[in-house]
Amino acid sequence: MVLNWKTGGVLLGFVFFLAVLLVKPIGVSTQFVILDAIVADAVNPELITQSDDGAYTSSNAYLAKSKGKYAKNASNPLNYSFIFVIAMMAGAFVSSKARGGIGKDEAKLPAIWYANYGDTPVKRYAMAFVSGFVVLYGARLAGGCTSGHMMSGMMQTSLSGYIFAAGAFLAAVPVAMIVYKKGA
Amino acid sequence: MNIVLALVIGAAFGATLDRIGATNPNWIIRMLSLRNLHLMKTILLAIGTGSILMFGGQMLGLVDVMHMSVKSAYIGVFIGGLLLGAGWAASGYCPGTGVCAAASGRRDGLFFIAGGLLGAAAYMVTYDSWKASGLLDGIAGGKVTLGTVPGSKFEGIMALPGDILGIVLGLVFVLVAFVLPDSLVGGGEEVPAE
Repeated sequence: MVLNWKTGGVLLGFVFFLAVLLVKPIGVSTQFVILDAIVADAVNPELITQSDDGAYTSSNAYLAKSKGKYAKNASNPLNYSFIFVIAMMAGAFVSSKARGGIGKDEAKLPAIWYANYGDTPVKRYAMAFVSGFVVLYGARLAGGCTSGHMMSGMMQTSLSGYIFAAGAFLAAVPVAMIVYKKGA
Repeated sequence: MNIVLALVIGAAFGATLDRIGATNPNWIIRMLSLRNLHLMKTILLAIGTGSILMFGGQMLGLVDVMHMSVKSAYIGVFIGGLLLGAGWAASGYCPGTGVCAAASGRRDGLFFIAGGLLGAAAYMVTYDSWKASGLLDGIAGGKVTLGTVPGSKFEGIMALPGDILGIVLGLVFVLVAFVLPDSLVGGGEEVPAE
């Protein structure tokens, strides 16, 4: 079962603090762009280019923005932010195994999906795919996600974090109520 | 050194998300449908704790103010937030928890990642239109904090001392975490404490 909110909240807050103390605030969604760019650059090596003075740029305006920051990271995947996400997956994997795994049923379908839509994995996976598209499109438009904007942003008293959280919850609460009419 | 820190902090973050239930779409949807706010209380307490430690550390000179990284505020932040919120509720996943869910063996998490990679690519190729629309132009000063943090490269929208304001707001987040009820609508489940 999950940690009591008092323990879990202090623990999670401490991790966010540790990140700012030692390196920089936590963020995740940019790495979807970086992985896309790594793949796209492997297919078409002209996507990301490096000039003689070492500066990176791209034929794609998004990768070229902020002095080619994304182009540079995609060319050097062994950078802090990208490794961070890989390590995050490893941490979640080990933690879930350490508490006995999530179980065969949950691996196939979350209980709340089962309660509302029965044994319909194809429908669930289609929903997850479409949601993934919308979530990452939205996160990139917003310039961050739940980690970067909501948690790291509000923790730093960023105006943008509050604007993001307002938008996210304004849409999320009604959608959750409509899509999942039954609890689980 | 940075890579070692990425491994350590990243792994700690992933493990913590797993232990608080954030990588479990059931808990996310219970929270967003207001049936069970246990995870909301966890998140509010985390934001408050992080804020108090960071700004407190800054005031004591233990935390480098230059480590702050404030994102720009623009209309697209709100529109993007709406989109993310809708997909977050429909799937029970956000980017970070989605990748962790996939790593812990949830098959729908893999589909979420695949959709996410396509969505991020779609944004890459449509970025020019957003840029031209002006919706990415900074509002209220762009990269700003609510108060003015001493020694920070980011401006404040108010002249109030940003570090003290950060601690006060952090305490407000903690307070809200404590007073928030366990559920706002019926159908919530009791949370066994560990």
